[in-house]
Amino acid sequence: MNTAVKQPARNLFMNAPWFTSAITVLLLAAMLGVGGAVYPGLLSEQVLFNLLIDNAHLVVLAIGMGFVILSGGIDLSVGAVLALSTMAAAWLLQTAHWPPSVVIVCVLAGGAAFGALMGTIIHLFRLQPFIVTLAGMFLARGLCYLISTDSIAIDQPFFTALSQAQIHLLGGFLSPGAIIALVVLLLAVWLAHFTAFGRAVYAVGGNEASAAMMGLDVGRTRVLAYALSGFCSALAGLLFSVYTLSGYALHGQGMELDAIAAVVIGGMLLTGGYGYIAGALSGVLVLGAIQTLIAFDGTLSSWWTRIVIGALLLVFCVVQRLLSKA
Amino acid sequence: MNAPLHDAAPAASSSSALDDQAARFALLRHPLTRPLAALLVLLVLDAVLVPGFFHIALRDGHLYGSVIDIANRAAPLMLAALGMTLVIATRGIDISVGAVVALSGTVAAMLVNGTPGSPAMPLGAALAAALGVALLCGLWNGALVAGVKLQPIVATLILMTAGRGLAQLLTDGQIVTVYEDSFFYLGSGYLAGLPVSLFVVAAVFALLLFLARRTALGLFIQAVGLNPVAARLAGLRTATLIVFVYAACSLCAGMAGLLITSNIKSADANNAGLLLELDAILAVTLGGTSLAGGRFSLAGSLVGALIIQTLTYTIYSLGVPPEVNMVVKAIVVFVVCISQSGELRALLKRRPA
Repeated sequence: MNTAVKQPARNLFMNAPWFTSAITVLLLAAMLGVGGAVYPGLLSEQVLFNLLIDNAHLVVLAIGMGFVILSGGIDLSVGAVLALSTMAAAWLLQTAHWPPSVVIVCVLAGGAAFGALMGTIIHLFRLQPFIVTLAGMFLARGLCYLISTDSIAIDQPFFTALSQAQIHLLGGFLSPGAIIALVVLLLAVWLAHFTAFGRAVYAVGGNEASAAMMGLDVGRTRVLAYALSGFCSALAGLLFSVYTLSGYALHGQGMELDAIAAVVIGGMLLTGGYGYIAGALSGVLVLGAIQTLIAFDGTLSSWWTRIVIGALLLVFCVVQRLLSKA
Repeated sequence: MNAPLHDAAPAASSSSALDDQAARFALLRHPLTRPLAALLVLLVLDAVLVPGFFHIALRDGHLYGSVIDIANRAAPLMLAALGMTLVIATRGIDISVGAVVALSGTVAAMLVNGTPGSPAMPLGAALAAALGVALLCGLWNGALVAGVKLQPIVATLILMTAGRGLAQLLTDGQIVTVYEDSFFYLGSGYLAGLPVSLFVVAAVFALLLFLARRTALGLFIQAVGLNPVAARLAGLRTATLIVFVYAACSLCAGMAGLLITSNIKSADANNAGLLLELDAILAVTLGGTSLAGGRFSLAGSLVGALIIQTLTYTIYSLGVPPEVNMVVKAIVVFVVCISQSGELRALLKRRPA
């Protein structure tokens, strides 16, 4: 494009994907800073660590969603797959008495297969990702109810030990789940920015036709992106089942929207091919910080959380829209 | 996308294709054929398996029976699906339908009851206010899509998140029970032996059908859905049109919210209309409207909504655990979507050769 050359440097700077991502980090810092000034005790190390501990599953979920959105799609089934994973894990542990290692492998493989199946249908029949993953969401929730309509409590020793474990760090502690989420984040950043698969995802999301003309295997990339999202949802489900020590069909209601919101606030564009995977973390932390601030305030009802998240989504979408126009 | 302007196509082709075979083919290709056939299969299944399915009794001047029950329960979904059809026809999507249902139901219930601060409003004013709130929601969505040019799914995601929060904030998460008797007429009253809700649906359907078929509006909506850029270059005011369809969709959702609130005699901001947007999209898809925009069928969406409700009824009445309902729904969506795709047709055509 000729215009890109003539564009003033300021605009190039404004257009850089890291600009919107940086805004989120600044926002997070500002929220915590103001919060810390108003409510003493908010800025204690453990409160910040708790942000990560309580939202570990959402970080993993948002990472998977991030890959799908980068590839130009959307995955509405993540919350339901999370619920199905908690349910499958709980049932396999409590009723079938499988060893935990086998359960973990089976649930993760199942999630990846579920995602791959949806990706295959989307690619093979050229269907809208929105409607296919919507059906996937129905399917996963329905399968939950087929396992059991009641909540299943988990008292398997390995899972209870995991849920109670505290890893001491810098005077506070993190849960194993939070550590796993951070490790997954590092792996995802490596996958997105330092591998051929990551570059293919960006290329397909940016412009599918030109990606295909460059000789990239669009179908393989897309199916892998959905499989990755399914895998992440299953892992998030395992983390959630450890966090709550239960499997329940109603777990993760509306969590797909939290994941999408986190990814958007993290600076990703829903049209695909634009943004950073690491934004998943900052996005989730912003959502978590809103909840924490409202909890610390004590006078605002918890319903404000949804309204504030909606308002934030609006601001971010509009800002991104204006930036991409500039 | 493969068969643009499907509704108009049979009229054009029938003049040239006079022979019998082509006419039969046109009947098979008619957009309503498949959804109606699906509904028929379900109804036949019910007629065989459920004793007295088609039995309709007259009690106290009201008609009672399974069929009427299904239609009555499908009324909110039919309304939501009608509005959604217009939005989808312009290549949009509105996932805030459930939130608008909760919001309008809550507003109506609170105004009819009256709050400690303000006295109870007359019924008409309360209903109008609730629909006004729904209209505002629609204008908001439309402005975001047409003005700010956000993707429809993102634009309506904002209201989906915030709208229900707003409704919950209004009621403090409590269920608001309505005590005003005249309010119940809308959702559980009878007119000429039939549930009033069916007349509401019929009126909305007739109005939309009139606008789509007797005015140029239907053509404009199809044009925007088929090619927004070409439509704008041809001189259509696409932005106004898009705002209109989102406003219409939210109004339909608001009306559905009134029906639901009036039917259960209370407003539940947490659960009213939860996942209704998904059922509405499903109904629209089942009815033969292409999610790619352009081709749309209002009658098809009504049939789609009836299919969903009949399916639910069948599953319940066959004694199948209701848990299976969602799995069945999911499989139906997969099958319908795959069968609609041009790729499958290409695959099938290639195989016999």
